Amino acid sequence: MADETSTQVTGELTITLNGTQVDARKGELLIAAAERHGVYIPHFCYHPRMRPVGMCRMCIVEVDTGRGPTLQPSCMLECAEGMVVDTESDVTSKAQDGILEFLLINHPLDCPVCDKGGECPLQDQTMAYGPGESRFVESKRHHEKPIPISDLVLLDRERCILCDRCTRFAKEVAGDPLIHFINRGNHTEVNTFPDEPFASYFSGNTVQICPVGALTATPYRFKARPWDLEQVESTCQTCSVGCRVAVQSSRNEVLRYVGVDSDPVNWGWLCDKGRFAFESVNGDERLGEPLVRTGGELRPARWSEAIASAAEVLQSTLTAHGPEAIGVIGGARLTNEAAYAWAKLAKGVLGTDNVDAQLGDGLPAEVVLGLPSATIDEVCAPGGTVIVLGPDTKEELPVLFLRLRHAVLNDGVRLIEIAPTATGLSAIATASLIHHPGETAEVARALVGQPGLGTDAGGVNSAALEVARAAIAAGGPVRVVLGRASVAESVSWTVEAASILSSIPDTSFLMALRRGNVRGAIDLGLSPGLLPGRVTLDGGRANLSGLWPTVPATPGMDTTAMLTAAAEGHLRTLVLVGADPLADFPDRDLARRALAGVETIIATDTYLTGSSSLAGVVLPAAGFAEVSGTTTNLEGRVSVLSQRVTPPGTARSDWAIASDLARALGVDLGFASVEDILTEISSAAPSHAGLADALASSSDTDGVVVPLSGPTPADALLSFTVPTSDALLPRHSYSLRLVVGRKLYDEGTAVHHSPAMTNLPVGGALRLNRYDFDRLGVAEGDLVRVIAPALTIEAPVVVDPAVPRGSAGAWFNQDGLCAADLIDITAPLTVLQVESLNGQGAGS
Amino acid sequence: MARLTPENEVLARTIIGRYPVPKSALIPLLHLAQEQDGWVTDEAMAHIAELVGVSAAEVLGTCSFYEMFKREPVGRYLVNICTNISCVLMGSDDLLSHAEQRLGVTVGETTPDGTFTLEGVECIAACTEAPCLQVNYRYRYKVTPESFDELVDDLAAGAFADEIPPHGTLARVRQVIAADRVAGAVEPTDGRQPEWMGDPDGGAS
Amino acid sequence: MTVSDVAPIITSRFANPDAHTLSGYRATGGYQALAKALSMSPEAVANEVKEASLLGRGGAGFPAGVKWGFCPPGVWPRYLVVNGDESEPGTYKDRMLMERDPHQLIEGVLLACYAVGCGQAFLYVRGEMALAQERIAAALNEAYAAGLVGRNIMGSDFSVDVILHWGAGAYIVGEETALIESLEGERGMPRLKPPFFPAAKGLYMQPTIVNNVETLSNVPWIVNNGAAAYNELGAEASRGTRMFAVSGHVKNPGVFEVEFGTTTFRDIIFDPRYAGGILGDRAVKAFIPGGASAPWFFEEHLDLPLEKGTVDRAGSMLGSGAIVVMDETTDVVRACLSLVRFFAHESCGKCTPCREGTTWLERILTRIISGQGRPTDLDLLLDVSDNISPGIAWPPKQTTICPLGPSAVSPISSALTRFRGEFEALIDDAVAARTAVTPVEITVGSHG
Ligand SMILES: Cc1cc2nc3c(=O)[nH]c(=O)nc-3n(C[C@H](O)[C@H](O)[C@H](O)COP(=O)(O)O)c2cc1C
Ligand code: SF4
Ligand code: FES
Repeated sequence: MADETSTQVTGELTITLNGTQVDARKGELLIAAAERHGVYIPHFCYHPRMRPVGMCRMCIVEVDTGRGPTLQPSCMLECAEGMVVDTESDVTSKAQDGILEFLLINHPLDCPVCDKGGECPLQDQTMAYGPGESRFVESKRHHEKPIPISDLVLLDRERCILCDRCTRFAKEVAGDPLIHFINRGNHTEVNTFPDEPFASYFSGNTVQICPVGALTATPYRFKARPWDLEQVESTCQTCSVGCRVAVQSSRNEVLRYVGVDSDPVNWGWLCDKGRFAFESVNGDERLGEPLVRTGGELRPARWSEAIASAAEVLQSTLTAHGPEAIGVIGGARLTNEAAYAWAKLAKGVLGTDNVDAQLGDGLPAEVVLGLPSATIDEVCAPGGTVIVLGPDTKEELPVLFLRLRHAVLNDGVRLIEIAPTATGLSAIATASLIHHPGETAEVARALVGQPGLGTDAGGVNSAALEVARAAIAAGGPVRVVLGRASVAESVSWTVEAASILSSIPDTSFLMALRRGNVRGAIDLGLSPGLLPGRVTLDGGRANLSGLWPTVPATPGMDTTAMLTAAAEGHLRTLVLVGADPLADFPDRDLARRALAGVETIIATDTYLTGSSSLAGVVLPAAGFAEVSGTTTNLEGRVSVLSQRVTPPGTARSDWAIASDLARALGVDLGFASVEDILTEISSAAPSHAGLADALASSSDTDGVVVPLSGPTPADALLSFTVPTSDALLPRHSYSLRLVVGRKLYDEGTAVHHSPAMTNLPVGGALRLNRYDFDRLGVAEGDLVRVIAPALTIEAPVVVDPAVPRGSAGAWFNQDGLCAADLIDITAPLTVLQVESLNGQGAGS
Repeated sequence: MARLTPENEVLARTIIGRYPVPKSALIPLLHLAQEQDGWVTDEAMAHIAELVGVSAAEVLGTCSFYEMFKREPVGRYLVNICTNISCVLMGSDDLLSHAEQRLGVTVGETTPDGTFTLEGVECIAACTEAPCLQVNYRYRYKVTPESFDELVDDLAAGAFADEIPPHGTLARVRQVIAADRVAGAVEPTDGRQPEWMGDPDGGAS
Repeated sequence: MTVSDVAPIITSRFANPDAHTLSGYRATGGYQALAKALSMSPEAVANEVKEASLLGRGGAGFPAGVKWGFCPPGVWPRYLVVNGDESEPGTYKDRMLMERDPHQLIEGVLLACYAVGCGQAFLYVRGEMALAQERIAAALNEAYAAGLVGRNIMGSDFSVDVILHWGAGAYIVGEETALIESLEGERGMPRLKPPFFPAAKGLYMQPTIVNNVETLSNVPWIVNNGAAAYNELGAEASRGTRMFAVSGHVKNPGVFEVEFGTTTFRDIIFDPRYAGGILGDRAVKAFIPGGASAPWFFEEHLDLPLEKGTVDRAGSMLGSGAIVVMDETTDVVRACLSLVRFFAHESCGKCTPCREGTTWLERILTRIISGQGRPTDLDLLLDVSDNISPGIAWPPKQTTICPLGPSAVSPISSALTRFRGEFEALIDDAVAARTAVTPVEITVGSHG
C-alpha cells in the first residue's frame, strides 16, 4: 500500500547525541541527523532514498524519550525534542554486535572472491566490530551458486542478508516488482517468478545498493578489485538527464560507473543503459586513427594529412560556393567546450550558419530557449501539476521517469500525460490523454478550455479531459515536460500545443530533448540562427566582435533543411560532428539521398558509423571519460566532466580537432586548454556569464543552472512564432497513422558496442491495437505488407495495447523494422496502409 | 493445471470487488486456485497477478509465505498431525511415528497412490483434545494409533466423502452478498464521515 | 467468589445445537443489543464499552474501549479488523466462539463498527479452520438476508459490509500489523510500531481497530446489560468473564469460561468442575499461564488469581488464555525445544535477530538433545537469547520488530533457570560419550 507523502523536514529541535546537544529537524530520521553531525550509525537496510523498513536491526541504538532508555532502530525513528541518544553505550554495542553475529552465521566469508570485497559494509562492520571466533558450529545455509536473474544481474543467495533494498528498489523506486521475497522465516530468499526475469531498465541500481555481494552485474563481475579502482566524478551523457556518476577505471580501462547522489538530479540512480554503456568506451572497434578516402577507400592516415585534407575540402567549398554550401550537423555528444569550439569554427571561421546539433527529431531552438524553464526539482515539487507532452520518459529519459514517478506516488503531484500511445507513466497518471497522432494541439486547446466543456478532442473523451482540467484547477504551478512524442509527425503541432499550454498561469517548461549534451550545444550556438549564450545572430554579434573573425549575417538551415538541400545538390560539404543521420534522422530515405548528394563528408566520431563510413575524412574523437570539460543537462544545469582514461590510439578531443582545423584554415581559435574555452564562454555567452567562477565555488555533484541570475537575455530576445498547424489529413478508414518513439535499448552506439546490452533491443515490428490487429486476420509476429509513402515493405506485426485504434506504432532504430524507413519528413504526418500478405487491409 | 476457469474468474472478480484495494483479494484467490487444482500452479498465480494488477513475483511472494498453499501436488487427503506443546505432552510424537509407519511415508511425503500426504504441523487450536489432527482441515480429536488406523481405512474407502472434500476445497459455504444489500467497499481515499456518525466534523472519539 | 456462581457471558449458547443459526441466536436474545445500540448515539455505545473494563483477549490485554478512542478524530474511513487467527500454542477458544456462536461475534462486530464509525469490517479467520469459516459464512449470509448486515441495517442509516477473509497458515499473522499486511495481500510481516499503530495508520494506512474474536463477542452482552453489570464481575482491571483453555497433563482438559480476576490457577487446574487435577495425580512441574510466549509458572504460582495485573507482576502474562500443564514426568528440554522450534518455524523472517536467532536457538537445543551438546552451549543459549531480548527480563525488551522473537526466549529462560540441571545432564552425558570413544586404529590396505 502506498504510504503517505515523503517526510517533510521542517523546523528545528534539539537532541542529545552521545552527550552533546545537537540540532535536528522535525521529521528527520535519527540515523540521518546523527550522520549530519558526524556520528555514523551502522546500517544495512536503511537507504536514504528509500522508505525505511527497519528490518536489519543493525542501526538500533539506545534512545530515551523520557521513559527510560530503550533500543530503537534509528532508521525508523524521527527526532523528537529532548531525545537522548547513545550510540556508543554498552547496551547499544552489545545489541549491534549481536546483530552482526546473526548476519554472519549464514554468510559465507568468501570476501577474497567476492566482487563486493573491499567496499562491503558487512565486511567493514565485521572488521571494525565483529566477533572474532564464530560461535556458530552448525553448517551454514547452502544455495545454488550465482543465478542470473536477468541479462545483467546475478544473484548469490548465500551472501544475501535480506535487507530488502533490491526488492524495495524494484517496487518502490523503479515500479518493476519483478524480484520479491519468497518463503518465510529462515527460508526467506530473493526470487523472480519462473520465466519472468528482473528485466528492469534500472536493475543495475540494485547491484549498487546491495550492501553485500549478493547481487553482481555481469559486465563487471570479477573485472577488478575495488582497491585497484581509481575514480573521478563525472556526468553521464548517455541521455540529457545528466546523472552524476563516478567513473572507475583500472589500468587505463573504464570498468564501472557508479551512481552518485545529486540531490537536484538523479538521487544516486542510473539507468542500465547509462550504467553499462562504459563498455562502449573500451570497445574494440573504437576509432584510433584518422582515415582518409583514397582511391575510393578509407585508409589510415596521419593527423596532419587528415586535417590538411579536411581543411582543403572546406577551403575549396568556401572559395567556390561560399559558406552557405557548408553544413555542420551534430554536436550533442560533445562537451560544452567542444561545442563552443565547433560553433566558433563553423560560424566564426567558416561563416556558415547551417549548423544544427539536433537531427530533425527535437524541438526548434527558439522554443527550447523561448519558453520559461523549470528544473527537475521544480517539476517534481509537491503539490503541483505536471503535464508530460513528449516522449515516453521511461524509454528516453529514464531517471527523469524515476523522479516523476516518485513525485506522483509520494509527493502528491498530479500528472497529466498527452501522448499518442500509452507510456511508462500512464499507469500512475491522474489523466492519460491518449490522442490521435497529429491532434496534440486539439487536446491542449481542450485542456485549457473551460470546465464542463463536455466534448471530446483529438480522440480523447470528455470525461478524461474533465479529470485533467480538474487536476490543473486544483491549484499549484503547472510544469510541462515538453518534447517529441512521435517523430512521424510535424513538430509544429507540438509547438502549437506548447504555446497553448503556456497560457495557463504559472506555467514553465522542462525540455525533454534526448541526446546527452544537446542542451549545451544549443546554448553554445550549435543551432541555426543562434550564437553562444542563448542569443540570436543579431543579438550576439556585438559580444563576439574581437573574439570571432566573423558572424553569419542571416540564419541558416536546420538539419532537415540541410539534408533536403544536400539531396538537391545545393550543399557541397557536410561536416558530421559525432552525428549519424542514417541512423538518427527520422527520414532515412532523405538522409541517404543527402549523403549521396554532397561532394564531401567530413566526420568526427568515436566509431565508424553508417554515415561516417561514407566520409572523405574521418577524424577519431576522444569520448566520454577521455575528455574533461563541462556538460549541460536538460534543465540547463552545467556540471563538470572529468577525464579518467586516455583515448584509444591518437583520438583527440573534439575541441582540439576544431582548433586544428581552424589553424589549417589560417585562424587561431585562441585556446590551448579546456579552461581557456570555459573562460571565453564565461565572457562571450551572455547566459553563461560568470560560469567558470560559479562552477569553481559550487558543489561538483550538483553543478549550476544557467543562466546564473535573473532573466536571461535570451528570454527577451528569443520569442518564437507558432507555426500554423499543418492541415490534418482526413482520416481514411483504410489508413493508420504512424507513431514513432524510441526504446531505451536501440541499435545506437552505446548499446551496439556494449556486449552486455547487445541482446537487449526488442527489435522492430509494427505494433497495432488488438482491434486493428484482428481486422488484419494475422497472428502475432506474422509478416504484413506495410505501404509507406516512400516504399512498401514486409514487416512483422504484433499486438500492443499501448497503441490506440487507428494508429500504428514503430520503434526508431531497431533491427527488423526501422521507423526511419517509413517516415516521410515532408508530410505533416506519416500515414500507412497495412495489408496482410493474403490481402486483408487494416485501419479504423 | 491452469489458469482459473471462466467460472472461477467470475467468482474471483466478485471477491476482488469486496475489497477497497484489489491486492487484498490475493489470499482468497490463491485459495480459489488451490480449490480448482488441488494445489497452486504457476499459471494460476500469473492469472491472479493479472486479475489483481500486481506482478507474478508478488503473487508468488505472498503465496509462498503461507503454509497452506502447496506449490506441488499433494494427496487427496492432507493429514496434519499437531506436533506442538499440548499435543507433544500427550504423545503426538508417537502418533506421528505411527502414522509414518501406517502410511509408509515420512513426514512431508505423499503415498504413491496419491491418497495421503502426511505433515507434522504447529498448533491447530484444539489443544484440549490432544493429540489431534486434521484431514483437509477437518478435525479428529484425541487420536490413538487405533483410531488413526481406522480413520485411514475409512478415508481410503471413501467413508467421509460428505464431510471431507478433497484437498484444496476449504470451506464449502461461501459468503454471498446480494446486490441490494451491498454497502460497498470503502475506498481508503473516501474521506467522508459515515452517515450514522452524526455531525460532520465531530469524530467518534 | 467462585466461578460457579456466575452465569457464562459468551459461552451461554454453547450447549444449544442450533446456536450458530440465526433463528437459534435470535431465540436467545440475539441482535437485541444491535437494536438497542441503533437507538443510541454511536458515542453512547462507545462510552458504554469504554466504561466496561473489557481487556483485549488476544494477548496484550489492552482495554477495548480505550483502543476504540485512539482513532484520530475526523480521519475517514476507518476499518475494523477482527483477529480470528488464533494460533498461539495452547490457545483454543476463538475457534469455539466462531464455530458455535458466530452471530454473537457478528453482532459484536456491528456494534464496534457502529460505535467507532467503521465503514467496513474484515473478519480474518485462520485458514486451517474450515468449519469456522463455513459457520461464519452461513451466519453472514443469513444476517445479510435479514437486513442485519449490509446497507441500512434494520432500516437505519447504519451501513457496513462485513467481509469474511480466510488466512492461509502463518502464526505471525496473528500479530495485528502483520494481520493488516496479510489482509492487504502481502506477506504477513509486522510493521514497526511506531509509526504504524493500527488505530492511527492501519489497513491501507487508515485508522483501523484490530480486536480479538473473544473481545468482540463480549460486546453484545455489555450493550445489553450495561458496563456496570459487567464490571460487577471480576477483580481489579480484569472484569467480566474470560475463556481459558487448560491442556496438557490434566485429567479433564477443556475450555472454561470463568469469572476473570478472581478464579485462581489452582481452581481452574484442580477443581473437578474444570480441569480436575493432574493426570495420575502427579505433581506439577511447571505450567504455562498464557500461551507459548509466556514465561512459565511453577507450583508456587498456583494460588495466583487469573488477573492480568497480578500475573504481569509475577513475571508472566495471561496472554491468550492458554494454560498448559506439565507434570513432573515432563522432559523440559524437549518441551522447551518444541516451543522454540515453533517460534523459529513461525518467524516471518523480516528482522535479523528473530530470523537468525530463533533458528540458532533451535539448532543448539536440537544438538543438546541429540547428544551433541557442548559445555558452552547453555551460556550460548542465554547469550543468543540476550541478543534477541536484551536483559532477558519480563516484560521483554527486544532487538526485534515484534514480540515473536523474544517469545522464543521465554521457554529457554524459564526452563534453564529452573531446570538447568536437566540440560547439564544431557550435555555431560554427551561429553562423556564423546571422550569415552577410544581411538580406533585404522589399517590402510585391503579389506579382510
Ligand atoms: C506474535 C503475535 C501473535 C499474535 N497472535 C494473535 C492471535 O492469534 N489472535 C489474536 O487475537 N491476537 C493475537 N496477537 C495479539 C494481536 O497483536 C492484537 O494485540 C490483538 O489482536 C488485539 O485484539 P484485542 O485488543 O481484542 O486483544 C498476537 C500478537 C503477537 C505479537
Ligand atoms: S520478531 Fe520475528 S516475527 Fe516479528 S517481525 Fe521480526 S522476524 Fe518477523
Ligand atoms: S538500517 Fe535500521 S534496521 Fe536496518
